[in-house]
Amino acid sequence: MNRAPRPGTVGHVIEVNELTKRYGDKTAVDRLSFTVRPGRVTGFLGPNGAGKTTTLRMILGLEAPTTGTTAVGGVPFRSHARGLRHVGALLDAHQVHGGRTARAHLAALARSNGLPVRRVAEVLDEVGLTDAAGRRIGGFSLGMKQRLGVATALLGDPPVLMFDEPVNGMDPEGVLWMRHLFRRLAAEGRTVFLSSHLMSEMENTADDLVVIGRGRLIAAEPLREFAARSAGLGVVVATPQAAELTGVLTAAGASVEPSADAGRLTVTGLPADRIGALALDHRIALTELTTRTASLEEAFMELTADSVEYLAGRPR
Amino acid sequence: MTTTLTTSPAQTSPTRPEPPARFGDLLAAEWIRMRTLRSTPWTIGCVVLFVVGSAAAAALVYVRSLSDVPNGYLAAREPYEYLPFTAFPPPGFMTLMLVAATLGAVTVVSEYGSGLVRTLTVAVPARGSVVLAKAVVTAALWTAVGTVISLGCFLASQAVLDTKGAGVGITHPGVLRGLVVSALLPAVCALVGLGLGVLIRHTAGTVLAGALLLTLLPLLISPSASWSAPLHHATLFSAWKRLVQTWGPSPDTLVPMASVPGSWLAYALWPLAAVALAVVVVRRRDV
Repeated sequence: MNRAPRPGTVGHVIEVNELTKRYGDKTAVDRLSFTVRPGRVTGFLGPNGAGKTTTLRMILGLEAPTTGTTAVGGVPFRSHARGLRHVGALLDAHQVHGGRTARAHLAALARSNGLPVRRVAEVLDEVGLTDAAGRRIGGFSLGMKQRLGVATALLGDPPVLMFDEPVNGMDPEGVLWMRHLFRRLAAEGRTVFLSSHLMSEMENTADDLVVIGRGRLIAAEPLREFAARSAGLGVVVATPQAAELTGVLTAAGASVEPSADAGRLTVTGLPADRIGALALDHRIALTELTTRTASLEEAFMELTADSVEYLAGRPR
Repeated sequence: MTTTLTTSPAQTSPTRPEPPARFGDLLAAEWIRMRTLRSTPWTIGCVVLFVVGSAAAAALVYVRSLSDVPNGYLAAREPYEYLPFTAFPPPGFMTLMLVAATLGAVTVVSEYGSGLVRTLTVAVPARGSVVLAKAVVTAALWTAVGTVISLGCFLASQAVLDTKGAGVGITHPGVLRGLVVSALLPAVCALVGLGLGVLIRHTAGTVLAGALLLTLLPLLISPSASWSAPLHHATLFSAWKRLVQTWGPSPDTLVPMASVPGSWLAYALWPLAAVALAVVVVRRRDV
């Protein structure tokens, strides 16, 4: 393995190349390749069981890949003797010893990496846990543990940050705080990589998306492009004269489908104003006329529908 | 998505030169972890009192037995000999072995149980060094505790025996070896426990394996058959007993007895093997 930063690798890029992990005959991660760039927040999305955590664990050297490689800043993360100055990670907020205080937990970590002890107070202040520093972690709420996990990740002031489901268990204020933190870290030029199974968490946070399903790459592109790919744009019309309207709109070149709920039609191929004008011309009453833009959530669901690991109510 | 990368945006995140990775930092970190657990001082305090108390009790039993003996017999036994297993009573030290092995195991097993080990491995990817640092800190702590226990046992038992004038001084032949080997016993057992903890990673399994290896094994393996005697002698408890004991084999005995150098060797090999195995395994396995 090439240990020196590769020429052409600028900044602290996370690279994943043809990564595969098999457990017995189950393939958790399947020839996954993508790049995460500095100065941006990259969302790592996929349904539960898609292989997100396994991928993060392989990037962090906690698990050996079956085949393929990962690199952070051009070198495998495991090649570092000490890690906190290179990558800060929050994998699972419960991974702490409940018997220690937050301060002791952080002090031991700082010491192991030769970091000055003042970093402990700095990161505790950063995440708003200064008042709880002397309390045992066992008594922390999940939200406080998440904050402590973020403090751990920030301890070494690293250029690369990785968070696995960071806003789980946080209250709305905490979610907002996290979102601002991610944006700020990226604005400082750091590489910020966060996983989630909820698209809505990414909508206001991420610049780029890496979407996987059943261990395979589904999409890796800027969030805006991802949103634009979504199909299913159309106009929803409600009318008591559904049959008449269908005829009129079909004649005008649109395709019309009855919606799931009674009395509604989904029209594609004509904009809402044309539909309204046609209905008026033919004296057809409309009780609803709505342009539907697919939300990110829908785009995500559509793309990952085939790769959902655990799907309720549908035999597979 | 592997597009050509334009130049990195303002890289304000400080990329300070990294100081060299020092083993001393890992030792300091492990020491912080060890002393910030409230259970550590409590458990140690209790076990010190228990083992020292067991030596005092053994001495008291002996003193009581002296008062039952008619004076004529007593006079015949003078001068009093050094009684190694009153100063270092086996039941007390077997308990100490179990407690030390369990606490040694808990230092690593609790990290696997809570998942803290993953946080620590991201902080220090050099996993073997972390296990070594834990081993050094564990050994140092338990050697200190063992020294207190060992001296405490000897002084307490001899003080009780002295009420009948039956005690011996610390310079009496054979006392020093008993003191040293008993002081080292908890450290040796804690390292075995630590190694088992890394290998097994589950609390119940580790504690059970520790109890089997340290206390049950010497009872299960016969010391009298010629083929099993070396195995019996190689167990830690037997090695400790052989080194505390001041007498050698009697010429007419049929039961083989371990040699002193052999027992020292067993004493050294158990912790070394446990720690070496742990370092090898932890580097290969997924966390």
